Amino acid sequence: MNGSPFALLGHNSVTAVMAKVMAALIPGIIAHAWFFGPGIWVSLLLCVVFGAVLEALMLLLRGLPLKPFLSDGSALVTAALLALALPTLAPWWLYLMATLFAVGVAKHLYGGLGQNLFNPAMVGYAAMIIGFPVYMTQWAAPIGVAHFTPSLAEAFDLVFAGAGAISVDAYTSATPLDAWKTQARQGMAGADILVQPIFGWAGARGQEMVALMYLLGGLLLLANRVITWHIPVTFLAAMALTAGLLHLANPAQHAPPLFHLLSGGAMLCAFFIATDPVTAASTPLGKLIYAALAGFLMMIIRAFGAYPDGVAFAILLANICVPFIDAYTQPRVFGHKRGGKRGQA
Amino acid sequence: MSRKLFPFNGGVHPDGHKEASNATPIRAMPLLPRYVVPLRQHIGVPARPLVRAGERVARGQMIGAAEGYVSTAAHAPTSGTVLAVEPRAVPHPSGLFDLCVVIEADGEDRAVELQPLDWRNLDASALRNRIRDLGLAGLGGAVFPSYIKLNPGAQAIHTLILNGAECEPWITCDDRLMRERAAEIVLGAEIMRHALGCASVLFGVEDNKPEALAALRAAAPADMEVVSVPTLYPSGGGKQLTYLLTGVETPTGGRSTDVGIQVFNVGTAYSLYRAVCLGEPLLSRVVTVTGHVAEPGNFEARIGTPLADLLAAAGGALPGAVGEIIGGPMMGFDLLDRVAPVTKSVNCLLVKDPRLFPARPAALPCIRCGACARACPADLQPFEMYWFSRAKDFGKAQSYDLFDCIECGCCAYVCPSHIPLVDFFRYAKSEIWERERDKREADQARRRHEFKEFRLEREKKEKAEKFAKAAEKQKATAGTEAADPEEARKKAILQGALERARLAKEGVTPKNTDNLPAAVEKEIAEIDARRAQAETRPESGESTP
Repeated sequence: MNGSPFALLGHNSVTAVMAKVMAALIPGIIAHAWFFGPGIWVSLLLCVVFGAVLEALMLLLRGLPLKPFLSDGSALVTAALLALALPTLAPWWLYLMATLFAVGVAKHLYGGLGQNLFNPAMVGYAAMIIGFPVYMTQWAAPIGVAHFTPSLAEAFDLVFAGAGAISVDAYTSATPLDAWKTQARQGMAGADILVQPIFGWAGARGQEMVALMYLLGGLLLLANRVITWHIPVTFLAAMALTAGLLHLANPAQHAPPLFHLLSGGAMLCAFFIATDPVTAASTPLGKLIYAALAGFLMMIIRAFGAYPDGVAFAILLANICVPFIDAYTQPRVFGHKRGGKRGQA
Repeated sequence: MSRKLFPFNGGVHPDGHKEASNATPIRAMPLLPRYVVPLRQHIGVPARPLVRAGERVARGQMIGAAEGYVSTAAHAPTSGTVLAVEPRAVPHPSGLFDLCVVIEADGEDRAVELQPLDWRNLDASALRNRIRDLGLAGLGGAVFPSYIKLNPGAQAIHTLILNGAECEPWITCDDRLMRERAAEIVLGAEIMRHALGCASVLFGVEDNKPEALAALRAAAPADMEVVSVPTLYPSGGGKQLTYLLTGVETPTGGRSTDVGIQVFNVGTAYSLYRAVCLGEPLLSRVVTVTGHVAEPGNFEARIGTPLADLLAAAGGALPGAVGEIIGGPMMGFDLLDRVAPVTKSVNCLLVKDPRLFPARPAALPCIRCGACARACPADLQPFEMYWFSRAKDFGKAQSYDLFDCIECGCCAYVCPSHIPLVDFFRYAKSEIWERERDKREADQARRRHEFKEFRLEREKKEKAEKFAKAAEKQKATAGTEAADPEEARKKAILQGALERARLAKEGVTPKNTDNLPAAVEKEIAEIDARRAQAETRPESGESTP
């Protein structure tokens, strides 16, 4: 028997939260399919299926009931974010491995829903970028740039049977972030780099529209109070500020801030990944610090690191700091003189 | 009225359901054959029973006297005979019984003579003592004895707040009272102002009660301000309403009086008016009966009215009812026994049905979404307190200011994982209290033990010194009367025993040995003699207490 309160907010559950997140991803997914072809549906389907199977398997191994945990939808969101972060048209086992690291290792080995220190999708992504770097550089080229954009059936073929006679270069390309990095380091002028077909009006061709759709979905989450403004705004501001300073200091080496905001995983990260409540800081001030750190790290990795995009490592590094950030940024409690550090007892 | 308000953080908007019970006037209850009046209806020490089974009492007669400082009196709700003074079921979440006076009504409802007070010309201290004997306690839920709250003490009170927010869903007893008896409430507030010696009087009423607001505004004099506050649970919380109206935070662990503000429920003001202006003790209160009942509404119920009778007055529960809540859905508790009576703290009897009150879904793990923290009016981080409470790391839970939690239920109301957070906090608090009590007791036992050790050590030392001295003396008089001291001691003991026996015979001994047969007295004397000997046996007898 439970005590008060006996009243409960209606239509409120973990499943509902996850469903709202999934719904907010839809514009971005559709834009992705629109600009890069139907390959995204294949990777999305694979990740979701692998995610559900692995979640069920892990629950069985841990002796937990399937129904409440499978229906919470958290594995679905992790799998979807993974699919959106990974390259499309990669071999099927890459998605399996990534989901295994995400759901199996990062989530369940750390205690399951709500217990994981690291963002599961980003652990899966990081494991792949370290383990299989070649596949992680082959990104589907946007329609209009690619020599060949596989249909849905062809995408299935590519994923399960491999490229076969078709050259990988026919349907993939380097990402603009990658291109900028290598070409700028080779001394190519920024203006010359940005006119290449894989670049769009501000960011990466196609990707910039996908990013704007993620932004739209993120605004929906804000309007529905699934997330607060703290993390996305600070994350993007920190990225823009860092990119802006770098660009001002050395325009030849560093791309303008808007390019960074609309390329790679910036928008997806700002609204869907950095905001994962389990692994993000939770206090208002803590969220600002956490998001600023993640945004700053992301730009530093993009500018100076070995990887073209920095989403996974920026988030994982920020995740490490979360318990510390939270403990030191406790808000002032009503009737108290000041807030600050807690948990010293 | 455009007073600047200071919105507190957090809060929730649960469905009000006020219209279910606020449309009809307060109804009187018929005289019942039996009343059960608990002696502990207030915070503090229970009242001391003044009547015994079989005694006749009149309505308004004091049947329990205030005992100690934090206490207040209890009174007979009607005339009749005391059936019993014994533990009975009371409305308490624990379901434990408590001492009650059971009164069988004689149907005459004969009252004691009431003595209205000329409060304007009465010394504040005398006024307070009368209020204590009239059984006044806060009717908003905390039932703190009113006479204490009317004593400003060292702290000057500048503002009196009358709490008519009534933010709990379903409950409308204050709403109806304000609509129907605003003038009396205002008079009660005048008495409070007089006792506290404060200048400013503010009424805080949620804007979902426009009729109550209008009635109060019509009744209040120009120097009292009736403030409409936005409907947001828990704006009726003492600290929340205080902040809302004045922008002053009640310091943690303190009371609003620490910042010169006193808060009373409007129902208390009404009862104070009756107590002072009519001389009538707190004999009844308005109770909302609502939810899954035939005729929901508000009832003027005498204290001691069995809740089953109250429910019957509202037409009884409808088919499909699944129990009752005492209080509202946010902070109330399950009623375990319907024979429990209406007390000064019972403001609502809410009948549950599965549609309005579905069972709480099974809890999922916390996902740290922070919805609880955003809903918390005390600006706490409930999920952090939850983690630590669950892990029984009570020290950490406390360091996250567990004791600033007012148990309003906002966190558990919004939790998407349906975690019964408040249950965890209540559990953690009671564990911490338990441990503190254990620690206090252990400390006391330790101190006692240490002192005992010290005392034994000291006695040993003293004995050793005395022995040494005696030995020296003995050495000085060595050889002269070697065996004599022992002989002399024995003689002295015998002498003492005989003396005691003689005294016993003369009746100087305690009463229970008076007028005993000679044989028994002799036996006692012999026993005494033996005991005296026994007492002196250890060591040399010098340490006899």
